[in-house]
Amino acid sequence: MNDHVILRVVGKFLIPYVMLFGLYVQFHGDFGPGGGFQAGVIFASAFVIHTLLFGVRATQKIAPEWILRVVASAGVLLYAGVGVVSLFLGANYLDYNVLGAYPVAGQHLGIILVEFGVGLTVTSVIMLMFFTFAARGESEGDAL
Amino acid sequence: MILEQLIDVFLLAFLAIISIAIVRIRDVFSAVMLFGIYSLVSASLFMMLAAADVAFTEAAVGAGISTILMLATLGLVGRDREKTLVKKKISLLPLAIVVVTGATLVYGIVDLPPFGAADNPVHTHVAPRYIYQSMSEIDVPNLVTAVLASYRGFDTLGEVVVIFTAGIGVLLLIGGRRRREEETSDE
Amino acid sequence: MSGLGIWTYLIIIFLMMTGLYMVISSSNLVKKMIGLNVFQTSVFFMYISFGYINGSSGPLYNENVDLYSNPLPHVLILTAIVVGVATTAVGLALTIRIKESFGTIEEDDLHKMDSSL
Repeated sequence: MNDHVILRVVGKFLIPYVMLFGLYVQFHGDFGPGGGFQAGVIFASAFVIHTLLFGVRATQKIAPEWILRVVASAGVLLYAGVGVVSLFLGANYLDYNVLGAYPVAGQHLGIILVEFGVGLTVTSVIMLMFFTFAARGESEGDAL
Repeated sequence: MILEQLIDVFLLAFLAIISIAIVRIRDVFSAVMLFGIYSLVSASLFMMLAAADVAFTEAAVGAGISTILMLATLGLVGRDREKTLVKKKISLLPLAIVVVTGATLVYGIVDLPPFGAADNPVHTHVAPRYIYQSMSEIDVPNLVTAVLASYRGFDTLGEVVVIFTAGIGVLLLIGGRRRREEETSDE
Repeated sequence: MSGLGIWTYLIIIFLMMTGLYMVISSSNLVKKMIGLNVFQTSVFFMYISFGYINGSSGPLYNENVDLYSNPLPHVLILTAIVVGVATTAVGLALTIRIKESFGTIEEDDLHKMDSSL
């Protein structure tokens, strides 16, 4: 990609905006279309653009694989953990009414936490899958 | 009103033409590109049917992630041309199966309720509660998020576990380093 | 049923059958995965068309609107889309392993190699 100056400049310019849009979709999923899945996919696609432009090795320095595995597991743990907290507070599993001072506040908190867990897992799993596919043909140590 | 219906008719016809092209094309790379276009036209049809969240997800996932994973696979596997079926007799059997199944489904259209009527059976029983009482129970304007994260939270937990398992599966299958010389297994 | 409704259902059935034909009769494994995705997307389209009400707006709460589309099929299809991409990813990973083990991804050659082992 050394002679694709236009792609590199435009890509570097676009990646932060894509990430910002992903975060916007995640946290405004209550008020407009959006939510955890869409935000996770959009955030992961910023890293996919970076991989296409600069190679797998350069992107894996930014997002090493062990961090992605920990984040994926943390997302599932967060979702299931919200349910277990509901159990400890005396209600059914994944009943958000008891998480706050009054039921509507509890529902808000529960939905935000749960969607955040979903977004974490989807982002890291899609990045892991793409890195695995892209790095498979590199057994000779050659860059992409 | 008439313009919307005309757009619907043309987009549906376009979708059918694209699917015929995907079947007939033998170069696999072109088929993957046409699949990306198919996903995008499906996303715009979802918007015409007033499903914004679904259109969002279909465009991001279908035209984004699925297409890029298929292209990565083609980069590893090689861009072959699909061989045509040599035996003519066997190639008629899939066509016969497909025609019979399609005819049965078309026969089943007769029993479907009218398209877009407000008193279809699918709009009774639990959907009015989700629509009209979710603002007082949950107070989240996006009804799809309210149903997804609160009323049907178990299904979403199952889905997150499914995509986590798929990530583990892909890591197990092709996550290790490929060794050409040694015979050690890399799983 | 209106003409638009019949046209919609006929096209959906045609897309389903095209995807099924690709899954059954393609000899290239990647084209089989494409056929599976075409089939899945047509089924999603069928569900969303069941949940549509004429003249409704999307399922986003607004004080001025009193006719919303049904949010329940949308929720089911959101889950189904994500599960579909998970299945596609695992299927493509299997395709890569098959290519590395056998050297080809055409189904006729794979049958010949497999039966001669």
